[in-house]
Amino acid sequence: MENLVIEGSPKTPTIKFNPEEGKLLIQGRSIPENSIDFYKPLVDALEEYAGNVKESTKVDIVLEYFNTSSSKCILDVFKKLERINEAGGGVAINWHYEEDDEDMLEAGEDYQAIINIPFKMVEIEEE
Amino acid sequence: MDINIYDFYNKMEQDNIMLSFKGNVTSELLTSVLQIMESKMDKLNEPNKIKKKVYNILVEALQNLYHHLDKQPESVPQGHNTVIFMIGKKEDAYTIFTGNYISNGNADKLQARLEKINSLEPEELKTYYKEVLNNGMMSDKGGGGLGMIDIARKSGQKLDFDFQKVDDEFSFYSLNINIPQ
Repeated sequence: MENLVIEGSPKTPTIKFNPEEGKLLIQGRSIPENSIDFYKPLVDALEEYAGNVKESTKVDIVLEYFNTSSSKCILDVFKKLERINEAGGGVAINWHYEEDDEDMLEAGEDYQAIINIPFKMVEIEEE
Repeated sequence: MDINIYDFYNKMEQDNIMLSFKGNVTSELLTSVLQIMESKMDKLNEPNKIKKKVYNILVEALQNLYHHLDKQPESVPQGHNTVIFMIGKKEDAYTIFTGNYISNGNADKLQARLEKINSLEPEELKTYYKEVLNNGMMSDKGGGGLGMIDIARKSGQKLDFDFQKVDDEFSFYSLNINIPQ
C-alpha cells in the first residue's frame, strides 16, 4: 500500500498515513464546508488497510479546530480504526488537546464513549 | 435611498460591532471573515480559550448560513437569498447575530429543533450530541443537524432565536449567540 499524504490548508488538516509503519496523523484545522469529499481518500485507504493490518497502528489526532461537518467524518475514520483493531491491528489513539481547551478534551471524550478502542488524552502545553 | 450612514455607524459603534456583512455567503467569504476575526482577537490579546470558543461557534454559525443558501431552491425570490451577520463584543461577552429568510414550513421544523435543544440541560445536551453524531443521518453537504447542538453546548447558553413572519411563504429567522467570557 502506498502512503497517503494530504497537505494542510487554512480549512483542512494535514493527513499522513503510512500503512507500512502503521502510523496515522491528522493535524491542524478541519473546518471545510464539505468534509465528506475531503475525508474520502483517508476512509478508503483505511478500508484497504483493514484487509492487511500491521501488528500495531499508532494514531495521532492533533486538531486545533473541527466543525460539526467534520465530526461525522472523523467518527467514520474512528469506525474504520475500530475494524482495524478487531482485525488485529493493535490500534492506539492519542487525542491531543491544548492546555485549557476543555471543548477539545470533551470532544475527545465524546468519541471515546462511542468508539471501542483505548484513547489516550494528551495535553499539549502552551509555549 | 434614505440611509444616513453616520447614524448607521454610530449605532454599530454603540453596540460594539466588530464586523458586519449582508449579502451572499461563499466559501471564500467565510475564509476571509474567519481570518479577520482571528487577527482581531489576536490584537485584543484574548485568552486562547475564549478565542477558540468564539472561532468554533462562528464557524458553525456561518456555515449554517452557507448550507442554508446552498440548499435553497432556485424559485426563491430575489433578495431572499442573501443573509446578514454581525459580530459584536461587549465587556463580558461576544455576540454573534445571524439572520436569513426561511420558508414557513422549514421555520416550523427548525423552531421545534431549537426548542428541543433549549429544553435540555448540559449533560442531556452532551448525550443528545453523541446520539445525533452516532446515529444521525448526514446530509450530502456534510451537515448533520449537529451545528445548533454544538453552538448551545460550547456557548453554555440557551439559544436566543426569533421567527418573524414576512408573508404566506417566508419568515425571517434571527439567531443571537451570546458567548460569555
